[in-house]
Amino acid sequence: MIELKNKNFIKIILLKAPLILLFVSVLNDYDFNHLSLKYFSFNFSYILIFYYSLKKSESLGYTYIFIAGLFNDVVIGTPIGLSSLIYLILCVAASYLRNITLRPSLLKDCIFFLLTILIINSLLFLSLKFIFSYELNYFDQIINIIFTFLFYFLFSNLFDFFESYFVRSNNVR
Amino acid sequence: MEPSRDDFVIALRSAFLKKGTQQRFSLLSLIFFSIIFLILGSFNFKIINYVKIGITEIVYRSSFIVSVPENLLKESYITIQNHNKLYKENEKIKSELEILKAKDLLNEFTILENQRLKKIVDDYLVKSDTIIAKVLSDKSSPFLRSIIINKGSKQKINLGMAVMDGAYIVGKVVEVNYLSSRVLLLSDLNSKIPVIIEPNAVFSILSGTGKDYGVIQYSKKYEDIKNESVIYTSGAGSLFKAGIPIGRMNLNNLNDEKKVEFFSDFSQLKFVKVVSFKKSENK
Repeated sequence: MIELKNKNFIKIILLKAPLILLFVSVLNDYDFNHLSLKYFSFNFSYILIFYYSLKKSESLGYTYIFIAGLFNDVVIGTPIGLSSLIYLILCVAASYLRNITLRPSLLKDCIFFLLTILIINSLLFLSLKFIFSYELNYFDQIINIIFTFLFYFLFSNLFDFFESYFVRSNNVR
Repeated sequence: MEPSRDDFVIALRSAFLKKGTQQRFSLLSLIFFSIIFLILGSFNFKIINYVKIGITEIVYRSSFIVSVPENLLKESYITIQNHNKLYKENEKIKSELEILKAKDLLNEFTILENQRLKKIVDDYLVKSDTIIAKVLSDKSSPFLRSIIINKGSKQKINLGMAVMDGAYIVGKVVEVNYLSSRVLLLSDLNSKIPVIIEPNAVFSILSGTGKDYGVIQYSKKYEDIKNESVIYTSGAGSLFKAGIPIGRMNLNNLNDEKKVEFFSDFSQLKFVKVVSFKKSENK
C-alpha cells in the first residue's frame, strides 16, 4: 500500500516537474550572477515554456504560465502583467508552430524559437524603454537572446530525454 | 494562395482560441488579462496594487525556500574557490619554506664556521647560566635607578651578573643578599658599560643619566655615529657577552647629546633574567 502511494507520489512529481521547474526558475531568477560572467546570461523560462507548449502543452497550463509571469514581474521589478504577456505570446508562437508542423524537427523548432524570442525581446525592449521609461542595455539583450537560442538545443535534448526515460517509463509501469 | 492563407488563419485562430486538455482559459483571454493588468497597473489602479502586494508577499517568502539550492551551489562554488586559493597559497608557502630551509642551513654553517674561527684565534666561547627572578621593588628616586629582585646568594647570584629583559640587557647586579639582590639599571648615573655602536663598529662607553635614556661618552669617533645606529655590548672587560642589544641612537636633540634610547622600558619590568657568562673550554 505504502509502495503504491510512493509510486503515485513520484508519478505526480514527474508529471508536475516542468511546472515546478518553471516556478523555481521564475522565483530563483537563474542568471548565473554568482559566476561573475560579464557576457553570459540566458532565459531558462523561455526555453521551458516554448518546449513544453510545443511538445506537451498539457504539462504547463496557460493559467500557470500567466501566474508565473506575474511572479516574474514581481521578482525582476518590471510592470506587472508584462512578463505574462511575453510568456503567452511565446505560447501562441509554440501553439501555432505545433498546428502547422507535420513533420517535427529540432532545427525548425530552433529557428522558429529564435524568431519568436527576437520578436518578444524586441517587444519587451520597446515597451520597457519607450512606454515604461526603463533603462536597458541593448547589448545585454542581444547576449541573452544568443545564449537562450544556443541553450535551446541542449535543453530540448535534455527535456526529450527526461520525458522519454522518466515520465513515459513511469506511466507505463 | 487562397488555401495557404486559410491554413495560416486557421492555425493562428486555433493557437489563440483552442483550449487544450486541462486548460481553463484560452490564450487569447489570458493575453487580454495581461494587457488589462499592464494598463491598470500603469494607472496605479487600487486592485492591481493589492494583487501586486499579495504576489510580492508570496514571492518573497517562497523565493527564500526556492533559493536554498542555488545558495548551496553558490556557497559550494565559493568554498571550492577558497580551497583553490588555499592550495595555491600552500604551494607558494612550500616553495618559500624550501628557500628558508636552505638559508637556515647556510646560517648553521656560518655559526659553526664562526666557532671554528674563534678557536683558531683563541677567542673564548660563551656559556651562560640563566636564573629567572621577580622584580620586588623598583627604586625610582631621582638619583638612583635600581631594582630589587627576589633571588640572592642562595640561588647563586653573584656580583656583576648581567640582568636581561628578554633579549635586551637592562643592568647588572651590584648588591647580593641571601634572598634578594639589587640591580643597577643602565639608566642610573653610576652605570657605565663598554659598548659597540653598529654600523661602523665604534667602541665607546654608555653612561646612565638618571633619566630614561643613556648617553655615549668617551669616544674618539663621534662623527661615525649615525642616528638610528644600534648599541650592543662590546664584551670588553669580560663583564658581559659581546653583541647583546641595548638601544638605538637618537641624535635628534638640540643640545648635541649622543642620546641612547633603550629597547627595554625599565619602568615596566616584572620578571628579569640574571645571566652569568662564562668562558667555555675550547675543545
